[in-house]
Amino acid sequence: MAEQKQNIVEIRHLFKSYRRGSLVVPVLFDITFDIAAGEFLALMGPSGSGKTTLLNLLAGIDKADAGGIRVDGLDITTFSETELAHWRANHVGFIFQFYNLIPVLKAVENLELPLHLTSLSRRERREHAEMALRMMGLDHRMDHYPQELSGGEQQRVAIARAIVTDPTILVADEPTGDLDRVSAEEILAMMERLNGEMGKTIVMVTHDPRAAQRAKILRHLDKGYLTNDDSQNPL
Amino acid sequence: MMILKILFRNAFHSKLRSGLTILGIAVAILAFGLLRMVISSWYAGVEAASTSRLVTRNAISILFTLPLSYNEKIRQHEGVKMVSYGNWFGGIYIDEKNFFPNFCVEPRTYLAIYPEFVLAPAEKKAFLADRKGFVAGRKLVAKHGWKLGDTVTLKGTIYPGNWDFVLRGIYKGRDETTDETQFYFHWDYLNETIKKSSPQRADQVGFYMVAVTRPDLAAEVVLAVDKTFKNSLAETLTETEKAFNQWFIAMSGAIVTAIQMVSFVVIIIIMAVVANTMAMTTRERIGDYAIMKTLGFGSREITILIFGESLVITLTGCLTSMLLTFPAAAAFGHVLETFFPIFIISAETLCLDVLAAILIGCLAALIPTGQAIRIGIADGLRRIG
Repeated sequence: MAEQKQNIVEIRHLFKSYRRGSLVVPVLFDITFDIAAGEFLALMGPSGSGKTTLLNLLAGIDKADAGGIRVDGLDITTFSETELAHWRANHVGFIFQFYNLIPVLKAVENLELPLHLTSLSRRERREHAEMALRMMGLDHRMDHYPQELSGGEQQRVAIARAIVTDPTILVADEPTGDLDRVSAEEILAMMERLNGEMGKTIVMVTHDPRAAQRAKILRHLDKGYLTNDDSQNPL
Repeated sequence: MMILKILFRNAFHSKLRSGLTILGIAVAILAFGLLRMVISSWYAGVEAASTSRLVTRNAISILFTLPLSYNEKIRQHEGVKMVSYGNWFGGIYIDEKNFFPNFCVEPRTYLAIYPEFVLAPAEKKAFLADRKGFVAGRKLVAKHGWKLGDTVTLKGTIYPGNWDFVLRGIYKGRDETTDETQFYFHWDYLNETIKKSSPQRADQVGFYMVAVTRPDLAAEVVLAVDKTFKNSLAETLTETEKAFNQWFIAMSGAIVTAIQMVSFVVIIIIMAVVANTMAMTTRERIGDYAIMKTLGFGSREITILIFGESLVITLTGCLTSMLLTFPAAAAFGHVLETFFPIFIISAETLCLDVLAAILIGCLAALIPTGQAIRIGIADGLRRIG
């Protein structure tokens, strides 16, 4: 009998719309699903289907109009902006399409940045940052600025930054969207390792079927609706 | 520490833009500082005025004279320590562009009332002994290359003719606010000469300088002197030297106000330039700020980053301007020495420079900070790529 995994994310009847002047544009309709701890979930769908909006909502960087999101037992929809910022710093690791590193900080400093919101000492911050970069095979690039790194290397630094605080979930928005095939494969392999070996829960938004193939679970969004309840990845 | 690191690196990330902005701020604050110095210079006479000296002049106008006979009457008042007198001579040296203040005074009493004019004893003795002698300030002598014993001719305007004087002494200022561009000669020389040419103008003085024994007696002496000459042919108006100098400056008050306004306009212009730079910078970095917010940093850190960057730029500009102020003020003071004999960089001017820089930095950062804080993370992240 298969072991029942505990849900780390529970999304219930989620609605979201945006205002464009006097126009209200609905984006998500009545979204309900769960993500089990240690899952690797891919969210797919055409442009404008609401994938990134859903990712932003469950990562606490945007607020829903209605519905609930519980992450690790906490209902984040009730949090204030300050509480959300604090929660994000401790529970969420972010990987973006365009890496989103701070250009004036070296690779190791980019990793130290989120650690400034923890109680770690200066020495401990440096040790954690160096360790995370070593895990990504970037120990020779620690003192390089983002613009001195290739796209693949920048994304590896971004992944290292995402995991350096040991977050509860990792959210990735088109993590291979700006990379060549070889670099994209490296990044996906790395994410697979993080999920498989370190047990990190990953939620990834992607257009790329090759990227989605690496996920254990695939969900489709279309025009703001979840179109399948199938939790198995047919890819 | 990390926030400070980002702040400083952000400030100089775009070297050309930051460099040009800093240069603009430096030039503007330098201009502001120089204009403030001009205003200070204008009021230098007021600041340098003694509280124990009074000026008595004709109540109708300074253009009208007073009889020499008033000298003894003023001296007899209680609280009066010493009385001197003189006239504005208004002579021209070679050409009108060589303007400098020149007076005839009763030399013994005048030098005693003005201890800030420091003369070597031998030079003072030579000046007092020579009726055609004159003393001049160190800067004036240096400007025209005069030497002791040289004969200098002034062309009279109020008292026509060519007047020859012999340089007998060069005074130095006791304080940095002492005017070292003035020219003094014997009142007797003028009086005896005009007695021959226009006797009706003889034995008349333009002003009396009255030294009081104690500054707190000044008000009583003022009242007593003016009361003495009430209903006479030449009524007097006595006031403190400070009030007299202020009255003199008030005649050019519109110019001072205009300079003050220009100095503030300079600040407003540069504020707009810096605000524009900060707005551009913040717009470019809105993605970075969104990333920082994503990572858990709050409005406080974003505010520190934007205000800090703005202040680093303006204070660097201010520091540059302060370094430039000293040579610029020296050059400016040298060129306009005749009009602004006391052109000094005061601590107040430097403080105003720093205050202006802080004000510009803070005001320029206000709107960009508000925008950066208000924008949602998702909106900020959308601006990347």
